Amino acid sequence: MKALTLAALTTLAATAAAAEKTELTVYAGDYFTSEWGPGPVIEAGFEEFCNCDLVFSTGDLLPRLLLEGERTKADVVIGLTSDVTAKARATGLFTTHGQDNDVLTLPIQLTDDTFLPFNYGHTAFIYDTTRTETPPASFEALLAMPDDVKIVIQDPRTSISGLALVLWVQAIYGDKAQDVWAKLAPKILTVTKDWSASYGMFTDGEADMVLSYTTSPAYHIIAEGDETKSAAIFDDGHYFMTELVGQVKTTDQPELAQKFMDFVLSETFQEMIPTANWSFPAKLEEAKWPDGFKKLDLPKKALFYSEDEAAALRDEVLDAWLAAFSQ
Amino acid sequence: MARRVQPVSTYLGAAVAALLVLLTFGTLGAVAWRAEGLSGLRTSDWLAVRFTVLQAFLSALISVLLAIPVARALARRSFWGRGALITILGAPFILPVIVAVLGLIAVFGRNGLFNTALVWAGLEPVSIFGLQGVLLAHVFFNLPLATRLLLQGWLAIPGERFRLASSLGFTSSDMLRHIELPLLRQVLPGAFMVIFLICTTSFAVALALGGGPRATTIELAIYQAFRFDFDLSKAALLALIQFGLCALAAVLSLWVTTPSGQGAGLGRTVPRHGGAVWLDAVILSLVSIFLLLPLLMIVSKGAGTILGLPESTYAAAWRSVWVAVASALLTVLLTVPLALAALNLRMRLVEGIGYLSIAASPLVIGTGLFIMVYRWADPVGLALPILILVNAAMSLPFALRAVSPALAEIEKDYGKLADALGLTGMARLRILILPRLRRPLGFGAGLAAALSMGDLGVIALFADPENQTLPLALYQLMNAYRLDEAFGAALLLLVLSLSLFWLFDRGGRANVDA
Repeated sequence: MKALTLAALTTLAATAAAAEKTELTVYAGDYFTSEWGPGPVIEAGFEEFCNCDLVFSTGDLLPRLLLEGERTKADVVIGLTSDVTAKARATGLFTTHGQDNDVLTLPIQLTDDTFLPFNYGHTAFIYDTTRTETPPASFEALLAMPDDVKIVIQDPRTSISGLALVLWVQAIYGDKAQDVWAKLAPKILTVTKDWSASYGMFTDGEADMVLSYTTSPAYHIIAEGDETKSAAIFDDGHYFMTELVGQVKTTDQPELAQKFMDFVLSETFQEMIPTANWSFPAKLEEAKWPDGFKKLDLPKKALFYSEDEAAALRDEVLDAWLAAFSQ
Repeated sequence: MARRVQPVSTYLGAAVAALLVLLTFGTLGAVAWRAEGLSGLRTSDWLAVRFTVLQAFLSALISVLLAIPVARALARRSFWGRGALITILGAPFILPVIVAVLGLIAVFGRNGLFNTALVWAGLEPVSIFGLQGVLLAHVFFNLPLATRLLLQGWLAIPGERFRLASSLGFTSSDMLRHIELPLLRQVLPGAFMVIFLICTTSFAVALALGGGPRATTIELAIYQAFRFDFDLSKAALLALIQFGLCALAAVLSLWVTTPSGQGAGLGRTVPRHGGAVWLDAVILSLVSIFLLLPLLMIVSKGAGTILGLPESTYAAAWRSVWVAVASALLTVLLTVPLALAALNLRMRLVEGIGYLSIAASPLVIGTGLFIMVYRWADPVGLALPILILVNAAMSLPFALRAVSPALAEIEKDYGKLADALGLTGMARLRILILPRLRRPLGFGAGLAAALSMGDLGVIALFADPENQTLPLALYQLMNAYRLDEAFGAALLLLVLSLSLFWLFDRGGRANVDA
């Protein structure tokens, strides 16, 4: 009996100790938690003042949320891309982020009060300055390049950057998008499922250009001291991409979750984004960017479809893309 | 007949079959049940079905046809390093897709060794991208498997037959007609079917080397339905079509399979000769170059970083190793009862169930399990046990493919004697069956271990940082631009997979000359 009481007491004490440190469960994309990714810095930075235990749980964000529904354990979801926010919003699982959108330093105006952007970048074709001497300065110039210039892109049906590419072409060319694809098709070496396979083919020298992000050269400059990778900047503008964070309505830790949302726009968080996430921070003036990022060529214009526009266009642009490649 | 039935193993076999049905159709059902409304298929989906069948059929056909001379050469020659060669030739089968693709491109790509050699010889370079690239990759992956399956068959022919044949003065063509053709009739359809099924569920390779969206397979459409549309009903429907195709292939292959009827021997390995030595040498050299060059490219790319990887990558590697060992053991535990039950019940259906998992979409299994488990427990906490179970189920068809024919031969050759001696139940298993199954079981376990090392995808929904496996770590490195380290991780994966495969296979291949 005594032993039992003791055991019960120990359990109670353990529970009490655990209760002191509340847990904040953050669902994040796969790449987040690697030791060089943004996860560890976010965790350390937040735990410094939150008196809590931040726990990341990684996996396919949206499918998992949709399957879990209201029983989800997530308090916060970080790493949603703009192509899934419509579906995420429709779940009714998210509450307002409580931040002022006007303080953001994005190239476009976002007024969403549910999903808060924490980084951004643009689609761009990356080339090697030692192999391509005169990069195209517009989409038209890209199309006019000889067919033996080989480009590798991602499939818009399986990859967010691939989808951004078809929306980019749509934004520039509208109805004529299918002709553009027909002209581009002979230059497309291949289409890969995800970004990493494409990029591997480019750095291995198999492809001359790769569909990637305006921020990609920063990795080579900062991590490798290699300045031979550049983004071809087009006059037409580049498609804007962002990753967002949302606060879950059903959270049992609303205050803590809110604290986390505040933290996202803090300087600690934002200063880490460039070199942990290899993208531009969503709220940080350029003067505070790392040198490698200041060196990057930036598009003069950012193109972007709202989630409703993108959703309405999606089937049409995918069909145009498929049709052009199936000829 | 009645005496032969071993009730315990039959019940166990039935239980295994039920588990497999749950993992395949059960998960599919769970996905369909969670779906809202019905969605139809679009034209593009049907094009995907057509391309899937076309490439899978051609890939399987080429792999199996090429495997015949290779397996024969390996079976009738003994040379220094033969065992090592057999093991290393199996490596492509277990490579992570993206690594294999980059390895192939390094050899057959625009600036690869092959085209450099062609240009040097004054010939036109050839492109790897297109249907030819898909076939090249699938043959690269599956030729080793086909060779191993055929080789199992060849080695199962009692050495006495070859001795007798050579003392009767059989020529190569006599040998072909009387011994080898019946053998091929027995093992070829099964090997063809297994490879057809594997290629059916191919996705990233087909797309990356297919050169464009024409190279769309059903699995890609399933992925799209999940990740981009979250259309569970469409995913389930496509998965069902995939099952249908595979079932059709399975029925056809079982239908043309006939027992070879080589008769019994003393179970000894008898060295044999015959045939043109130079021909076998050429065949083995060509195949070795084809399979090993891409691997060598990966080795050379990864050698610089394999010892300097991030701490977490080594931790992930260690986790992967024990998951692989656990999966391999579980595979053996599942295979034997299932194979026994299939034999005892004389039901091809039971054996057919054993192959279900190849036809299953990893995405559907993962999602289905998530839906099933989530009602009662936290799937994230169960990620590794689930991974072990699914890996074992995914490897089971290969083990079964190796074990089943061997088991059938044992029963045919020694079954009557064992019956007459009253050797039944566990004693029959221990004295008669298991010792003679060592070779295929070792092979099956080795393959299971290697496949588990390279596995990815099933737990994509609920992979936790604490549960990270080596393939996942590799993809993280790639996604973080760390391509050099990713190749180091790939090499580590390759070395670990091959070592595990070798250890298990070696255990099975030790000759029992008693």
